[in-house]
Amino acid sequence: MTQLALVIDLNVCVGCHACVTSCKEWNTSGPAGFMTDENPYGKDPTGTFFNRVQTYEIGEFPKTETLHFPKSCLHCEDAPCVPVCPTGASYKRDQDGIVLVDYDKCVGCRYCTWACPYGAREIDEDQKVMKKCTLCVDRIYDESLPEAERKPACVLACPTSARLFGDVHDPESEVSVTIREEGGYQLMPEWGTHPSNHYLPRRKTRMHIHEDELQRADNPLNKEQRGPSGPVEGTTLDDSTSW
Amino acid sequence: MHPAFSVIFLTTLIGVGQGLFLAIFTGHSYAAVQLVSAQDSVAFYGVGGLIALLFLIGGLTASFFHLGRPERAWRAAAMWRTSWLSREVIVLPALMVLVLIYTAMQFLDLDTVLYTSETGNVLHLSLIIGTMAATATFVLYICTSMIYATIKFIQEWACALTVINYLLLGTASGFTLAAALASANAPELLALYGNWAIIITASAFFTRGGSLIRNARIKPISTMQTAIGVRHTKIQQKSMGMQGGSMNTRDFFHHKTAAFLKVIKWSFMILVFPVPLILLWSGVNSGSTSVLLGAFIIQYIGLIAERWFFFAQANHPQNLYYQTT
Repeated sequence: MTQLALVIDLNVCVGCHACVTSCKEWNTSGPAGFMTDENPYGKDPTGTFFNRVQTYEIGEFPKTETLHFPKSCLHCEDAPCVPVCPTGASYKRDQDGIVLVDYDKCVGCRYCTWACPYGAREIDEDQKVMKKCTLCVDRIYDESLPEAERKPACVLACPTSARLFGDVHDPESEVSVTIREEGGYQLMPEWGTHPSNHYLPRRKTRMHIHEDELQRADNPLNKEQRGPSGPVEGTTLDDSTSW
Repeated sequence: MHPAFSVIFLTTLIGVGQGLFLAIFTGHSYAAVQLVSAQDSVAFYGVGGLIALLFLIGGLTASFFHLGRPERAWRAAAMWRTSWLSREVIVLPALMVLVLIYTAMQFLDLDTVLYTSETGNVLHLSLIIGTMAATATFVLYICTSMIYATIKFIQEWACALTVINYLLLGTASGFTLAAALASANAPELLALYGNWAIIITASAFFTRGGSLIRNARIKPISTMQTAIGVRHTKIQQKSMGMQGGSMNTRDFFHHKTAAFLKVIKWSFMILVFPVPLILLWSGVNSGSTSVLLGAFIIQYIGLIAERWFFFAQANHPQNLYYQTT
């Protein structure tokens, strides 16, 4: 079994929205038709998007941190939006686990949006059908594209490589190894939806300097100019490393 | 959730239609075993069936306003194996056809006697159709309510009380209307319907009140921490990733104040239960059609408020991601 998915590294995402615009650009120009924008230059612009980058502030001033959080359909392994669909327009592909909507069958009843805890589906206010991330299914299998470009538009657009794409069921794939080794997690695991997309947490790189690393007991300068400074109490780093 | 009037009218109107048909059928089947006297087939069973059918048609019409692509509605019957919505789409027209046949048999005098027992119990063909339709009304109540009760993310709905409330509130309004109809066309059945309407309305008061108490104590399973996977007690959303809102901000929130919700809650608790109960009691005693019709109209208005509140109170976990509206 294959389960294609995205792994999004929150440690690297800078919140530039390049994934949002490239997603909209690719999918609004696709064979499935445009993605409606209403009032795009007016006071309250609104429209259909598959992917959005949200921003959260964690903590309280002055100890705060900004988190940019891209969110799209998580292509759940046990997708709750699929069984509720009355027409069968919403389905999960057997061959690669992508959750898709058949725009020709959808009646626009919105029941699937109620059944998605992540708010990943948006109705197209013009075409009146439900739309959602397709993992660029019209792109990843397109053999007219060079192999390196057979990836979702958002993955290719990300300037910091915060988005990885691959098969999370293959234990040796890049995404599986990353999830395993970098602490990849799922959103709202409490509902048992088993999202395929994973997020990598923020990781801090900290330098730990100990006192004895700042003071060299056997500094050669000391040897030549002044006398030895005398015995240093306790064990120093140099006792174990210098010869 | 955003309360859509199409769904509010769908659920309340078919609730009345189903309840009224159940009431008519109750009277009809009681008469078959001589518990009550048989009524005129056109004036009571026929007219009652017709009014029930009109309510069902009204509900079905309202439901079309909820669909983005109503011309594809027939497709919604496809996934009955998994979707309660699909099951409702099948059962509602089936019920309408059965009620139509039942009503036509009364109006066109097509009913035949299938069997007469020695004690004088009479089995009519329309009673067989009526039994099928009565079964369909119960199945439809279950289908309609399970659409909401099966969404586990919406904790206010995911409860057996949702099913019980849809059943009791629908039958209460149907029996109240049947009492009004009986006072005009079948006075002998007034006490039967009036008393059943009082019993069902009073029971619904306890089950709906019970769900209000339950919902007031719900502890949300999803939190900001599980939504974005960051362990910190203070997480504040600064941007939803959009400027002017989206479907996620429009469809999942009522956009009203807490005070407004409170007013609606108390309005329906008064309009659905105590007022119709007093009017039913006085109508059963006086036999006044206008009082009983008043009881039905007030209860129905209350049910619209009740359904509005049912949706408005439901808190969808996706709202955790859309907080800066």
